[in-house]
Amino acid sequence: MEHYISLFVRSVFIENMALSFFLGMCTFLAISKKVQAAIGLGIAVIVVMALTVPVNSLIYNHLLREGALAWAGYPDVDLSFLGLLSYIGVIAAIVQIMEMVLDKYVPALYNALGVFLPLITVNCAIMGGSLFMVERDYNFSESVVYGAGAGTGWALAIMALAGIREKLKYSDVPEGLRGLGITFITVGLMSLGFMSFGGIDL
Amino acid sequence: MSTMRDALTKPIIQNNPIALQILGICSALAVTSSLKVTLVMCISVTLVTAFSSLAVSLIRNQIPGSIRIIVQMVIIASLVIVVDQLLKAYAFAISKQLSVFVGLIITNCIVMGRAEGFAMKNPPLASFVDGIGNGLGYSVVLISVAVVRELFGSGKLLGYEILPLITDGGWYVPNGLLLLPPSAFFLIGIFIWIVRSVKKDQVEKAEFKITKNTRSVKEAF
Repeated sequence: MEHYISLFVRSVFIENMALSFFLGMCTFLAISKKVQAAIGLGIAVIVVMALTVPVNSLIYNHLLREGALAWAGYPDVDLSFLGLLSYIGVIAAIVQIMEMVLDKYVPALYNALGVFLPLITVNCAIMGGSLFMVERDYNFSESVVYGAGAGTGWALAIMALAGIREKLKYSDVPEGLRGLGITFITVGLMSLGFMSFGGIDL
Repeated sequence: MSTMRDALTKPIIQNNPIALQILGICSALAVTSSLKVTLVMCISVTLVTAFSSLAVSLIRNQIPGSIRIIVQMVIIASLVIVVDQLLKAYAFAISKQLSVFVGLIITNCIVMGRAEGFAMKNPPLASFVDGIGNGLGYSVVLISVAVVRELFGSGKLLGYEILPLITDGGWYVPNGLLLLPPSAFFLIGIFIWIVRSVKKDQVEKAEFKITKNTRSVKEAF
């Protein structure tokens, strides 16, 4: 249990997707003008991440990795080069299915998240989560915890940035820095703050 | 012919994908702490952008509108797999350093953005050139960030010593902050500031105008 808690804390704070790996930056900067929108997107990312990372972990461990096809009678086949293609396919499919399920059964949530779901397919944080899972060789239960943790970390970062930007628009920023420039500097400062979690080891 | 040249040169400064359109920053910043890795990344992204634009543009009249995103995704993913396999075969050490970021070229918004925004509407050759141009625009930002980070962070460029470090008996005290993630954000912020000070038309409008303080000091207190 301790191992999983440690993994969760590490993926939320120390190895924060947005602030220490720069993943999902495009949406991170584009959708962080309003706190409300940032919360919606953040929740969508947590859900998608917690689903896609474990599913991709199953696909990698039982279909793609070297020797994984032994159950089908092909112990020498190594399909890991197909990894990138299958992960992105899985992500696109899960986002699509989620959209349809939400539309049918939870229309209120669908309306709240609607705009953000298609955006998530091309969010590097989601893809990054699956790739890190493969690289670090997480097993299935670890990948569930890691997916949820990394999603939470990203959501936390975008909500915090949106809060800062809402206040920031009232300040007098030098002309060239206005908008995008000052946002980058703000994110840099946030990233410095998050680095102070670096020494934590559970 | 001039449109060709525009397609190639415009994205470098005037319409830079990173500085102006906030595209493709995702995987870009993490690889900039060393110039060598950055160069490999830039070449990969430029090639993938160019060839995916070419391929999408070649079949643009055959792609049904409703599934175009998936088709583009498959083309891009296949190209990235080729790049990934090539790097693993010929530059294994660098591909280990780039780790997941080669794979993340798939979700790099520049590649997708050019396929969707330009290649779907333009002939193959123009799309190819546009892809190279945008790849170069991305490379300019990346390389300038990497040069600053590596030079001042570890006193070296491409592994050659430029500023002799104090630990090796030289005079330069390296700035360790530049090797850490936050510095990349600051550098890009400053890069944007410089570009926008030169090109005034890129400055964003302020959402709120702060009114001049008309009261005198005495009134205020």
